[in-house]
Amino acid sequence: MNLLQLSHISAFYGQSQALFDVHLKLKAGEVLALMGRNGMGKSTTVKVICRMLKHRGGTLSFDGQNIADLPSYKVARAGIGLVPEGRRCFPNLTVLENLVASARPGNWDGAKVNELFPRLAERKNQMAASLSGGEQQMLAIGRALMTNPRLLILDEATEGLAPVVRQEIWAAIAQLKQESGMAILVIDKSLKELATVADRAVILEKGRSVWAGEFAALSPEITDRYLGV
Amino acid sequence: MQREQLINATTLLALLAVPLWAWYVDEPFTITLATKVAIFALAGVGLNLALGLGGLVSFGHAAFFGIGGYAMGILASHAQTYTPLASWPFLLEGTKSMPVIWLVAMVMSGLAALAVGALSLRTTGVYFIMITLAFGQMFFYFAISWPAYGGEDGLSIYVRNGFPGLNTLDPIQFFMLCYVLLAVVLFFFARLAKSPFGMALNAARQNDERVQTVGITPYRLRLVAFVISGAVTGLAGALFADLNRFVSPTMLSWQTSGEIMVFIILGGVGRLYGPVIGAGLFIMLEHFLGGLSEFWHVYLGVLLLLVVLFARGGLIGLLAGKEVAHD
Repeated sequence: MNLLQLSHISAFYGQSQALFDVHLKLKAGEVLALMGRNGMGKSTTVKVICRMLKHRGGTLSFDGQNIADLPSYKVARAGIGLVPEGRRCFPNLTVLENLVASARPGNWDGAKVNELFPRLAERKNQMAASLSGGEQQMLAIGRALMTNPRLLILDEATEGLAPVVRQEIWAAIAQLKQESGMAILVIDKSLKELATVADRAVILEKGRSVWAGEFAALSPEITDRYLGV
Repeated sequence: MQREQLINATTLLALLAVPLWAWYVDEPFTITLATKVAIFALAGVGLNLALGLGGLVSFGHAAFFGIGGYAMGILASHAQTYTPLASWPFLLEGTKSMPVIWLVAMVMSGLAALAVGALSLRTTGVYFIMITLAFGQMFFYFAISWPAYGGEDGLSIYVRNGFPGLNTLDPIQFFMLCYVLLAVVLFFFARLAKSPFGMALNAARQNDERVQTVGITPYRLRLVAFVISGAVTGLAGALFADLNRFVSPTMLSWQTSGEIMVFIILGGVGRLYGPVIGAGLFIMLEHFLGGLSEFWHVYLGVLLLLVVLFARGGLIGLLAGKEVAHD
């Protein structure tokens, strides 16, 4: 059974239609790469999944349950953790407070997050606003993990980070895949790194899902046509 | 020890030292002023939970202050005239016991905050300010048009209510009572701010949408904070009415809401001890400048402008730096 399933999703920003016909399936324990050029609807799809934007057409289910009518906080409690684009930690809380404020019962706690990102333990009493971009990204991932999700959504998790920090983030994602068994939906532009973790991929083009399949089946023709690489 | 913690400790010690000195040199008026500071600080600390930590600019907190005052006035007036509050369905008598009055004041103002908060927290920004102001004025006009308890003239209590083992008519003993209550509430709020609840409330103030994506309901959090805030402000109202042995609709007016907010802004919004410093400064200005000119509010206005323009973290922010202290 699919953990997450989107069928024929359409969504609007006011009068402007952003998603036309998005299909997406994700099984438990699977890593799915959601790909596409800028402005094709990747982050809008994430907003629809997390109920930060209401869709107008189509169906949306998580673990067999229709989540279309749930508010954001109930979707999070159902088991969807989001690492948003641009990180957006709570700037006036310390690292520890950011984690504690988000904590929900489950396997993931502060100690496990610190194990995954030892740098957070070193910075635990530092204000989130004073962290480097990479550390903020680690905190954003840690904060999402503290909600003990069954599905982790990473929206542009390595964007704008230094290469060394990017490697750390990708290593953490690989570790999460191997050890936690949680499903991961990852949005990123780096094909090389995505190839190391992703099982399957979905490509969006102008608000429509135009390609879906095994990540290994992505041919140069497809990436050239839809991703411009 | 961080600089802010040092300022906080000094503030609390100064608030204790001044009335003790006044008691030693037999200056009861100064003790009364210090008592007023402690009570206003308590009201400010109550509002600061909603305003500083929760980002809720409530212009209706005078309603809770006044409800606390009227809870004291009504219970004490019935006790002093030996008439029951109600005789059906069961006999309900007044009381002169402070702990009972405090409990009733906190419950009544907490319930009022629950009703006001449940409706007004569905709005944000300027609408929230206006709806809390409207609720506050509703309570104010209700008190004015309630002749059974003095209406516009207010309600006088002949003797201050009692506390087991203390002579509350002795200014220093009544001050100590208010001071201990303030210290207990400060301790409780310091723990609350560091609890997961406090952190989530703070996070909701910083980014409403983002806290929802980690499974937190901002509305419920804010409502709980608003109720606690209202109950503590109500407790301060009961003490204030006991200090003056008088309660009137003025306690519920929007000017009172504004004054409580001024304490917080002067001391530092979101700073635990901000309202304590703010209330101290306000009372000092009222006392010293009020003696020089009846237009002392003009100077207060200028000071407030300077603080808002040049010291965003209030006086504590100015002295301790921008960041709120963290252990």
